[in-house]
Amino acid sequence: MDVLRRSLLSLAFLGLTAASALAQSPRAITVASTTSTEQSGLFKHLLPRFTAKSGIEVKVVALGTGQALDVGRRGDADVVFVHDKAAEEKFVAEGFATIRHEVMYNDFILAGPNADPAGTRGADVLGALRKIAAAKAPFISRGDRSGTHAAELRYWSDAGVDLAAVRGDWYREIGQGMGPALNTASASNAYVMTDRGTWLSFKNRGELAILVEGDRRLFNQYGVMLVNPAKHPHVKAADGQAFVDWVVSPDGQRAVADYKIEGQQLFFPNAAGAGRS
Amino acid sequence: MSAILPIVLDNLSARLGGRPVLDGLNATLSRPNVTAVIGPNGAGKSVLLRVVDGLVPADGGAVRFGLRPTQSVRRALVFQKPALVRASVARNVGLALIPARLGSSEVRDRVEAALRKVGLADRAGDPAGKLSGGEQQRLALARAAVTEPELLLLDEPTANLDPGATEEIEELVAAMARAGTKVVLVSHNLGQVARIADDVLVLWKGRAVEHGAVDRVLANPRTPEARAYINGELPWTSFAAVS
Amino acid sequence: MLDTIVSAFALIGRLDGDVLSIAALSLRVSVCAVLCGGLIGVPLGALVAVVRMPGRGAVIAVLNAFMGLPAVVVGLVVYLLLSRSGPLGAAGLLFTPSAMIIAQTILITPLMAALTRQLVEDADRELGEQLRSLRLTATQRARILAFDARFSLAVVVLAAFGRAVSEVGAVLVVGGNIAGHTRTMTTAISLETQKGDLPLALALGFVLIAIVLAVNAAASGLRWHAMRAYG
Repeated sequence: MDVLRRSLLSLAFLGLTAASALAQSPRAITVASTTSTEQSGLFKHLLPRFTAKSGIEVKVVALGTGQALDVGRRGDADVVFVHDKAAEEKFVAEGFATIRHEVMYNDFILAGPNADPAGTRGADVLGALRKIAAAKAPFISRGDRSGTHAAELRYWSDAGVDLAAVRGDWYREIGQGMGPALNTASASNAYVMTDRGTWLSFKNRGELAILVEGDRRLFNQYGVMLVNPAKHPHVKAADGQAFVDWVVSPDGQRAVADYKIEGQQLFFPNAAGAGRS
Repeated sequence: MSAILPIVLDNLSARLGGRPVLDGLNATLSRPNVTAVIGPNGAGKSVLLRVVDGLVPADGGAVRFGLRPTQSVRRALVFQKPALVRASVARNVGLALIPARLGSSEVRDRVEAALRKVGLADRAGDPAGKLSGGEQQRLALARAAVTEPELLLLDEPTANLDPGATEEIEELVAAMARAGTKVVLVSHNLGQVARIADDVLVLWKGRAVEHGAVDRVLANPRTPEARAYINGELPWTSFAAVS
Repeated sequence: MLDTIVSAFALIGRLDGDVLSIAALSLRVSVCAVLCGGLIGVPLGALVAVVRMPGRGAVIAVLNAFMGLPAVVVGLVVYLLLSRSGPLGAAGLLFTPSAMIIAQTILITPLMAALTRQLVEDADRELGEQLRSLRLTATQRARILAFDARFSLAVVVLAAFGRAVSEVGAVLVVGGNIAGHTRTMTTAISLETQKGDLPLALALGFVLIAIVLAVNAAASGLRWHAMRAYG
């Protein structure tokens, strides 16, 4: 009995020390970001380059933009890297960050059934949405306060479609990330708004195809912010700032431009002062 | 320490699940020997042992052990089933010494001595579950003996054993009694009672109806209840008629 | 459907070091949680089985109900506790394996306590009277009965491990599914499903099932040997 208990105790001790050793790598920052950057594979491409250069490890928690900003507000991340300009400016105005840096943009596309029953194909996103609403063709909305969701709602309102008035069974909010939204659209042959990066790395497309792209309105700006150490003193300000500085530096911007899937560039660096590469 | 005798069962009452099982039982056990408790099923024999051991509280009357405070009396109870823990033979005996807070070497010595007494010294390291039925009951006796009890309570200890194993247990019990332990034995085996008991207490419906020397009570019971039980007139048929 | 399964099997052969380290993290987190949960839950359950006190029925009802704690709710509560803005924020544990261990421990402790209570109560029916007759205290009896029931308790440990290693809600919320740090088998499966890479998700699922099977087989083997020894 004593032997059993002693071995159990020492096992537990070993396990806990192993776990805590794992938790405390010497220099690491936590970045709250979006599912689009994580799932498109961009971070897998960027982070090793930054870590090799700086010795700082980056841990990415991928959430919707709204949630990612909340994680920053609670002080649970050192840096937020998201794409919803209005929400980001509010974040700065509330004092949770002192400055917002633009990093890059990618573009949204409207995907839908290849047969395109609503006749949306082209380069006019607002027109396409009006047609979908008129035809009451099935449409999948993220419904999760993400950057993509915020953009989608902006397009509806710019198109003059009052969702509250026309909304019905055809408009489905799933409250999940980009991947689940694409899976749902693929399964139900519905229209869906997605960022190009997630689309390109998404494998379960089924009948879905790109229907609307290239509209300047579809450009999607990403920003990066250091969480304000004055609000949350434990924020790793120096290491977090190093990451922010690097992504907007010529070196970081080049790394963003280098990332390609199937030969297509996903993100277009546009940090102030970095110039186009 | 003064003697635990006489053990006085003074107007003892007890309930089990709300049902009265002992109902004003009076008896005095005054000799350092083996007392057998007999009587039909449901007469309260097992409950009496549990009340004397302290497992079941009396809800009326008292058990007194000479002039000694009850808590100070070293008692051990051996059940019909040996109730062994899935552990080694030695460890099962050692369980009885946990409350005594002895050093590990003293525990080892006393366990070894107790096992030697019951002839299980060479099985000390074996799993208790691997012993035969008779050996398991000897182990239970060793577990009782290791605390050097002043009062040994036995609840049909040989009911599940073959004659050979029964004889071994009887010899061990008799030896403990000779060494000065007061023994109270519940048994349905009147042959066994005749072999190892000195006096007999006959219970009937929660009361002691007869108490006397073993030869006299078995040969010539004075009360109709005792006579009915000892003569093998089945209690289930005669219960109503006699009472 | 069939295509997906076939390519999933093909992928298993090519699973790389990443998958191994994810599987290792899953194992480590769940094993630690089971150890912590066991150190709390088994003594707790054994004591509840042995001690007769007022309110015991209520304690048992709570334990039984908490066996089915929703993982996401546990995750959320632990998240709020460990968040920098929460009461335990200073420890900086959010988004670490320790946070996942804490969440899983909370998840499985009631499960282990409730099942242990049942088993020890069964053992108590066999041995309780004898142990009380030996004048052992409630704590001593609880320990001995839990020890007596140890081979059955192995099943409790396995049930707890199965629950811990297969849940996704709690570890996702408090761990953050950070690649290389807090990505476990279940959060990885969930991620690959979201990315629409169903064959890879399924392949990871097969690996997870294989791990659970292997752990169960090892435990049953040990149990069988031990039971043969102790009868």
